[in-house]
Amino acid sequence: MLYVAVATRAFRRYSTYTAATLAGIFTNSVFGIIYSYAYLALWAQRPDAGGYDSVDAVTYVWIGQALLMTVALWGGGTTDDLPDRIRSGDIAIDLYRPVGLLGWYLAGDLGRASYHLLTRGLAPTVVGAMLFDLRLPSTPQAVLGLVVAIPLAVIVSFAVRFLVACTAFWLLDASGPRLLSAVLAIFFSGMALPLVIFPDGLREVALALPWASYLQTPADIWLGKRTGWSLLGGLGLQALWAVVLLACCQLVLRTATRKVVVQGG
Amino acid sequence: MSGALVSIARYRDISGMWIRSSLAYPVSFWTMTLGSVFITGLDFVGIWLMFATIDDLGGFGLAEIGLLYGATGLGIGLADLVVGSVERIGAKVRLGTLDAMMVRPVPLLVQVCADEFQLRRLARIVQTAVVFGWAATYVEWTPLRALVAVEMVASGGVIFFCLFVIFSCVQFWTSDASEFANAFTYGGNTLTQYPLTVFPGEIVKTLTFVLPLAFVNWYPCLYLLGRDDPFGLPAWLQFASPLAALMLVGLTAVVWPAGVRHYTSTGS
Repeated sequence: MLYVAVATRAFRRYSTYTAATLAGIFTNSVFGIIYSYAYLALWAQRPDAGGYDSVDAVTYVWIGQALLMTVALWGGGTTDDLPDRIRSGDIAIDLYRPVGLLGWYLAGDLGRASYHLLTRGLAPTVVGAMLFDLRLPSTPQAVLGLVVAIPLAVIVSFAVRFLVACTAFWLLDASGPRLLSAVLAIFFSGMALPLVIFPDGLREVALALPWASYLQTPADIWLGKRTGWSLLGGLGLQALWAVVLLACCQLVLRTATRKVVVQGG
Repeated sequence: MSGALVSIARYRDISGMWIRSSLAYPVSFWTMTLGSVFITGLDFVGIWLMFATIDDLGGFGLAEIGLLYGATGLGIGLADLVVGSVERIGAKVRLGTLDAMMVRPVPLLVQVCADEFQLRRLARIVQTAVVFGWAATYVEWTPLRALVAVEMVASGGVIFFCLFVIFSCVQFWTSDASEFANAFTYGGNTLTQYPLTVFPGEIVKTLTFVLPLAFVNWYPCLYLLGRDDPFGLPAWLQFASPLAALMLVGLTAVVWPAGVRHYTSTGS
């Protein structure tokens, strides 16, 4: 119940900045339009690249724009507060609370993600659907799959971002690791290019890494490329990464709190 | 004229101070610089991986797209290095630090642009210069083409410079809408990384006559590559980049003062 309260507060915190949200929706839409035309040109050359047709490819672009902020692909979200709180010593207050630090931040991030999904996820998708021919999830199975896959995508991304933020316990400044982590996320999530059209070998590696959970797995469920056992396999891999990475977060946190020295009296 | 020289000297002073302060944390500086090289390079890696499945995109080969990519990247890289900080104007309005800048005897635009000057933005320039250099080996150079190439990079820098400043002025009205400008600056950069033949004709006309992004690389590159305009637009456009840049400078000279005049302090 407490976590729900944290999540709703985070939702409301992000909903304060209406102009920022509108500006973001506009920008997501512009990038969506640019990539749509680029992918249409690519699929005009190779109409079946990666097992997608041109409608799948354009839909993939808009799913990517919708999930970009939802999974905080560039970094951001509640985990961005953590390094500053570690440096300033406010982390001591977080550790005092009679509630787990990890759960507190995760709940906040899920609240943020819901807000971004409803605004910066939904609105550009509507724009995309007005301008281009898009494919909608066609079976109840796909819709159910997405209901599980999108929260799992946020949790996996949260765990990675939390680990990156935790480097501040040792480095005091997490901006270098944060940037490198964004590079990996953009490339291996399929944001730079769908993982399905990566060359053989690289594709299999990329699909097994945690970043595939961010975009490629939800997109394949949306497009109906993953059904039945393949769908369950995709969700299973997401869940596995979520559990493993959250366990790492807990472990890092335990090590860090044993060494943390709060500055000042 | 001496006013401009003084402005440049002040810009150098302020940015020099920020460079010294950023080099005080060498590990952070170099990881951020290296990270920036990777992050701006990903766009080209994406295009390069596309060419694992296709031989040309919109009728252009990989080396030709490399030329377009390098030219627009150099343009935005130069502009971002010099005026990238202008994006943070909304934060300055919110925090009230803009007021302090207004009472100092240095032009406001110089201060806003030099504030938090980040030397690591050189990363984009270096990374795109490498791609441009590689792609340039496929061009059959003549003295006139070399001249057009220089003029293209300079004009591209000026055009992106103006777009950064013009669209940042929106923040004088809504201080938290900084992302709006990204659609035109970084969006413009992403768009011009592709040959404009992948877009519909109306978009290309808009980018020629309304928002002159096509002059950043498209028209001059058509000349460098010895290609006819695929949209049948007149050939003189291939030399018109400096003209487009000058017109934008004129617009910026009107928009920026208008934005500053509209600014009202958050104080008391």
